[in-house]
Amino acid sequence: MNHEISAIVSLWKREVIRFFRAKSRVIGTLGFPFFFLAVLGTGLNSVMSIPGSSYNDFMTPGILAMVLMFGSVFSGVIVIMDRQFGFLKETLVAPVSRISIIAGKSLGGATTAMFQGLLMLGIAMLLGADIRLETIPLVLAFMAIVSLSFVSLGIAIASMMEDMHGFQLVVNFLIMPMFVLSGALFPLESAPEMIRNISYLDPLTYAVEAFRFLLHGSSQMPILLSTGVLVVFLLSTTYTAAYLFSRIED
Amino acid sequence: MKIIHTSELTKTYNGLHAVDGVSIAVDKGEIFGLLGPNGAGKTTLISMLVTMRKPDKGTASINGHSISKEPAEVRRDIGIVFQDPSLDEELTASENLELHAAMYGVRKNLKGIMHDVLSLVGLEDRKNSQVKTFSGGMRRRLEIARGLLHHPKVLFLDEPTLGLDPQTRAAIWDYIKKLRKEHGMTIVLTTHYMEEADNICDRVAIIDHGKIIALGKPEELKSSLGGDTVTVVTKETRKLANAVRRLGISECSLHDGKITFCVKSGEKQIPGIIGMAKEKRIRISSVSLHKPTLDDVFLSYTGKTIREEEASALDSMRMRRTMRMRRTGMRR
Repeated sequence: MNHEISAIVSLWKREVIRFFRAKSRVIGTLGFPFFFLAVLGTGLNSVMSIPGSSYNDFMTPGILAMVLMFGSVFSGVIVIMDRQFGFLKETLVAPVSRISIIAGKSLGGATTAMFQGLLMLGIAMLLGADIRLETIPLVLAFMAIVSLSFVSLGIAIASMMEDMHGFQLVVNFLIMPMFVLSGALFPLESAPEMIRNISYLDPLTYAVEAFRFLLHGSSQMPILLSTGVLVVFLLSTTYTAAYLFSRIED
Repeated sequence: MKIIHTSELTKTYNGLHAVDGVSIAVDKGEIFGLLGPNGAGKTTLISMLVTMRKPDKGTASINGHSISKEPAEVRRDIGIVFQDPSLDEELTASENLELHAAMYGVRKNLKGIMHDVLSLVGLEDRKNSQVKTFSGGMRRRLEIARGLLHHPKVLFLDEPTLGLDPQTRAAIWDYIKKLRKEHGMTIVLTTHYMEEADNICDRVAIIDHGKIIALGKPEELKSSLGGDTVTVVTKETRKLANAVRRLGISECSLHDGKITFCVKSGEKQIPGIIGMAKEKRIRISSVSLHKPTLDDVFLSYTGKTIREEEASALDSMRMRRTMRMRRTGMRR
């Protein structure tokens, strides 16, 4: 049991080391949200009228959820790279349970995603977003739940894919729609009913709503509902990831 | 004591028997070689033994643990050096070893052990470099060091010295022999270097089309081909032939000034032949001995020389390496 824990810690450490060693990844992941906040947010600020807040303030929770989702899914999908470069084999034949391997990977991926999220919040504050600092501990907890869910989703997808070629497909047909439908960029109540109904099926919607509640003190969705949906999403993605990952043969 | 035991082990892919009813038993402390052409089933056999793949039929046990029922126990007892690279290129050599140590529960004297295995493969001074800066040979050496890190009871080596220079190969085999001697480690290996298999292995199994077609000590397999030839150059061939016949050895060819004896374990017969010549005052100008090699054994059982196989294996390894570079390039 003891060495299972040290294996989890080591695999977590590996993810973190790899993340910080790939400087382009750190900078690259922040470029996208920066563009959204600094250009789109500022540019649309004058034409968008959101009751009770500026457009930039409105967008900040949504961009936070996006950064977490993109970073996490990518960390999970990296399992494919491990497979291509052979490293996955080394972990799969070690006397460590698959659950520990996946736990180490998920925790590591979630840590790096949360780091990106925090950096992004810092940038948002520099750009003048209004953020309540007293809820930061709760924000961190929700960041962890969201990150872990999407890392698991990434691992589950990676377990079914042979190589990186399918990754673009995942981005275009899963990640982007989830982001666009989540209400990160526009208030859901102003969307047509059909789009709104699809949005209710998007787990990221509840992440955006939860962050909106914590950072601004109000949201359309009751926080209890958002929390409930996110917890169910976390449990089902981790279960699916563990199941699919344990079936990998080599 | 048998540390590895397989019985009718079978693995089928798309109706093709990759491994077909293999039954072998390996003694504790033995160095056991698996020889055979590419695609013969060596790697599939090993991947079943290391619990990477489940057999379709048959059973196997390592150190008393069943590979299908107790994979966790089996994994703790074994070390593996894969044919394909399996290092994390972004991490340094030390970080790769530390990760391995954590997964195998090696904590006691980790620094010392890491120093030992890294010095063995000559990478001590590069331990803080990222693996992606290593050459193919260096990566191989690091993987071997990693496989030895947790002092496994059984070490599986799939083509461990492919693509390495002779000095490194010799150093690695020396260390492996030392490990066997000091820790009673059992070693199962596949190699294309027949001379190495001959020098290192206590016993070898030749596999072709998933079946074991020959199994035994290299000496036995070679002598089963009909033995050695001792060639003596002398002016008095007739006289020598008559004299040596009294030792129970008869010549198989006799030319002007050159006589060839076909014998079992030729090196043991040479003193007798020379002694007889001395007794009869026959002047000998030279004696030479040819022993059949495992290459000859391989050829006689499979109809192919291992050289052809070795060439194609090197080709595919080069291809893998190019592919890997291409992928690395793509990622940057």
